[in-house]
Amino acid sequence: MRFGIVVFPGSNCDEDAFHAAKDVFGQEAEYLWHKDADLKGSDVVILPGGFAHGDYLRTGAMARFSPIMASVRAFAERGGPVLGICNGFQILLESGLLPGAMLRNRSLKYRCEHVYLRVEQTDTPFTNAAKPGQVLRIPIGHGEGNYYAPPDLLKSLEDNRQVVLRYTDPQGRVDDAWNPNGSVNAIASICNERRNVVGMMPHPERACEALLGGEDGRLVFESIVSAMASR
Amino acid sequence: MIDSAVLERHGVTREEYERIVGFLGREPNLTELGIFSVMWSEHCSYKSSRVHLKTLPTEGPQVLQGPGENAGAIDIGEGLAAVFKIESHNHPSFIEPYQGAATGVGGIIRDIFTMGARPIALLNSLRFGELGAPGTKRLVEGVVAGIAGYGNSIGIPTVGGEIMFEPGYAGNPLVNVFCLGIARASDIVKGVASGVGNPVYYVGAKTGRDGIHGATMASAEFDDSSAEKRPAVQVGDPFMEKLLLEACLEVMKSDALVGIQDMGAAGLTCSTSEMGSRGGAGIEIDVALVPQRETGMTPYEIMLSESQERMLLVAKRGRETEVERIFEKWDLHAVRIGDVTDDGRLRVKNHGAVVADIPNRALTDEAPVYRRPMAAPEYIEEAQRLDLAVLPAPPSPDRTLFRLLASSTIASKRWVYRQYDHMVRTNTINLPGSGAGVVRVKGTSRALAMSVDGNGRYCYLDPKRGAILAVAEAARNVACTGARPLGATNCLNFGNPERPAIMWQFAQAVAGIGEACRALSVPITGGNVSLYNETDGKPIYPTPVIGVVGLLGDAERVVGTRFADAGDAIVLLGESRGELGGAEYLKVVYDLVRGVPPAIDLDRERALQQLVVELVEQRLIRSAHDCADGGLAVTVAECAFGSGGGADVSIDSISISSQSAMNEAAALFGESASRIVVSAAPSHVQAVLDRAAAAGVPARAIGTVGGARLRFAVGGRVAVDVAVDEAERIWSTTIESHFARRVA
Repeated sequence: MRFGIVVFPGSNCDEDAFHAAKDVFGQEAEYLWHKDADLKGSDVVILPGGFAHGDYLRTGAMARFSPIMASVRAFAERGGPVLGICNGFQILLESGLLPGAMLRNRSLKYRCEHVYLRVEQTDTPFTNAAKPGQVLRIPIGHGEGNYYAPPDLLKSLEDNRQVVLRYTDPQGRVDDAWNPNGSVNAIASICNERRNVVGMMPHPERACEALLGGEDGRLVFESIVSAMASR
Repeated sequence: MIDSAVLERHGVTREEYERIVGFLGREPNLTELGIFSVMWSEHCSYKSSRVHLKTLPTEGPQVLQGPGENAGAIDIGEGLAAVFKIESHNHPSFIEPYQGAATGVGGIIRDIFTMGARPIALLNSLRFGELGAPGTKRLVEGVVAGIAGYGNSIGIPTVGGEIMFEPGYAGNPLVNVFCLGIARASDIVKGVASGVGNPVYYVGAKTGRDGIHGATMASAEFDDSSAEKRPAVQVGDPFMEKLLLEACLEVMKSDALVGIQDMGAAGLTCSTSEMGSRGGAGIEIDVALVPQRETGMTPYEIMLSESQERMLLVAKRGRETEVERIFEKWDLHAVRIGDVTDDGRLRVKNHGAVVADIPNRALTDEAPVYRRPMAAPEYIEEAQRLDLAVLPAPPSPDRTLFRLLASSTIASKRWVYRQYDHMVRTNTINLPGSGAGVVRVKGTSRALAMSVDGNGRYCYLDPKRGAILAVAEAARNVACTGARPLGATNCLNFGNPERPAIMWQFAQAVAGIGEACRALSVPITGGNVSLYNETDGKPIYPTPVIGVVGLLGDAERVVGTRFADAGDAIVLLGESRGELGGAEYLKVVYDLVRGVPPAIDLDRERALQQLVVELVEQRLIRSAHDCADGGLAVTVAECAFGSGGGADVSIDSISISSQSAMNEAAALFGESASRIVVSAAPSHVQAVLDRAAAAGVPARAIGTVGGARLRFAVGGRVAVDVAVDEAERIWSTTIESHFARRVA
């Protein structure tokens, strides 16, 4: 299968996603330049982490206007799997492909560290290899990952089972002390109603090799590989 | 027009002015004087330091590029080079902490990618006034946020560093940043201009009035008027630099490039004259073609601006479109501002009219060199005197251990490093907080380890020995991961070199660095000198900061500082002599910075480092931690933290004093050099001891990993017995809770 990895000016985890897809999982991978419209036959599209266009305005606010985003939107509307990681998640929010918004971390500081995540939903193409309630240890690295949704939206996200990952303690219990950024309902990841578009603040591509201190991120890539194989 | 007031404003002496007139054969105009003043500033010319720097070892079979280029490079095998350098941004960071630190990071990253290398790791070495002193918090928060803001955004991980708090840095913090990149050894690009008629391009951010005379500012002491110098600090734009980085690396691949240099200190002036000088060529530019952010800028201002994120490059004639197209792709505009000439001169025009015409060599190789007078400072003799017998009886070792773990030098710096993205690029093997930074080299089985170290207190007490200890510690930290140290870079932070005492400290330190680098086979491949680190006549501690880079053949074998499994044996490599001179113990318990720093025998140090590399290579040990600040007890505690258990240790008593409690303290907290605490599976202990004996390194099994307590017996008597959880809580929360508190 072929991963398409979008490169915005200012993306900086594009090579990491590419490396995970190609070198770790042995899949095809292509960079998709933001000024192009061609998805080059991608089976899955990743919007990687970084600071697209410098993020001087609002994270992801400029990237949504890049020509490639129209193609990504059309791809998602056809049911194609799209994963936004970190800045990619922020771009999905700004583009309206996912609901809600990001605020500055409540510490007002960038935070880079491993966090614990509980898998809430396993019927997305990026989490189907997980067991419900499974706890993952994956790094974060962001200054604006404090997910916010107004009460009615939050209710519908929960009712529709759109919360995919939640920040927890190592035992999988939601605990404010283990919420690294202040996200409402400890939300680390959500999907759209159709469940093919997923945004997450943690970086699974940073946790795919034992050498780097953890392999729990493999599950995200294994999920999509198996989802595409069974199509 | 040019009177003594104008000269003083430019920091140019009367004698220097006469030399300028000699080079030109006439009086300079104001633009030319401005150009000379920045190129002959201490910052750009190294005029006080050059005679000493020449004595440093810079060669070795592994050195691909020594000092004199934008950065140094060493051979790491498989056709690859590690390109690295350290640089200071002390003065700008004091005036405007966020931007000063951010642009420091931006500057060192440009030095690395200018060489054709992809930057993959950052380190930093920071010094501030005492944690609780007024103003420290603001400076620390600003500097850390600035480093994070730039490094995180551009996507280069900050994989390690060091930070210390001492009263001597209150009015003059140190911000030293190190960057390492990887290039194909055959593709290293140099900052040369050659080939008459080749086009000279300007690319990157537009030129504004920011930073004019930044280099001269960095060459003067601070006083009450420093706040007025704020406009001389530049503002960083990491996004622009990210575009430049990608575009420049793409242009370099195309073979259309002759040379490239970033516009750092002294901006357009430095890049044009240095590139011309290195290539034995001249450069002629027209400043009217330079993209400008403000209107009405004079040639003087354009030539001296230190606006950030700008590059000067020389392309091959006939390849212009190719180069321009690559920059266009990244929404950058390469603007041709001039040509390479054959007359060895820097000629600056403004709308065609010549406004400056200077031989390049007068600005670079023939800049003034001073052999400044030196004299040992008066304080040294007194400060080296340490009489332990007159000190009050030491507090209990339990309490002392807690106090040391809570000291700002030793306490966990997690509050700092978790603000840095240390994992982007997915190469980071050893996370910050565990000794040297280690990154793998993708596409190979190799890894690189790197560490920056310096101890101003030791250097204050004995600059030469302090500098030797800094080199040894940086190399030892690298060796503890299993990497063989290959090369070094130095950042020399000192006071005003016009004072004989400061110049003496400088010369002593450089002599020490040279001696240690020779003995440990880590040549200096480049670096930076920062002088005039004084405020209101009070100099900082002399602070040479050494960055060492080492290579591991097999990334899978890297070890960290943390103990692995309960039941493992703890082995001390090296010898404890109970040295307390300049130790953290004296500072924390007695508020004393006194005595002679620990003795060091470089042959023994070398044997120790080779031994630990061999032990890692043969998979005989599972952790290795350099024994430094706070001595053996603190080192063992740090090895235990995060491992899920404690340690039970028994060491020999030491006799240095008539007080038995002081002897106990010396055994636990003394800072003898050339020691490493390692842990090994019980089945490997004998092999470790045998190898050590073969290498001539003293070694002893001193205890066992595990349990819930940190227990140390000295000479058979239990001296420390504390819960490891409590010790870890103190160590890990001190700095964090300080910054969480809402204090001024």
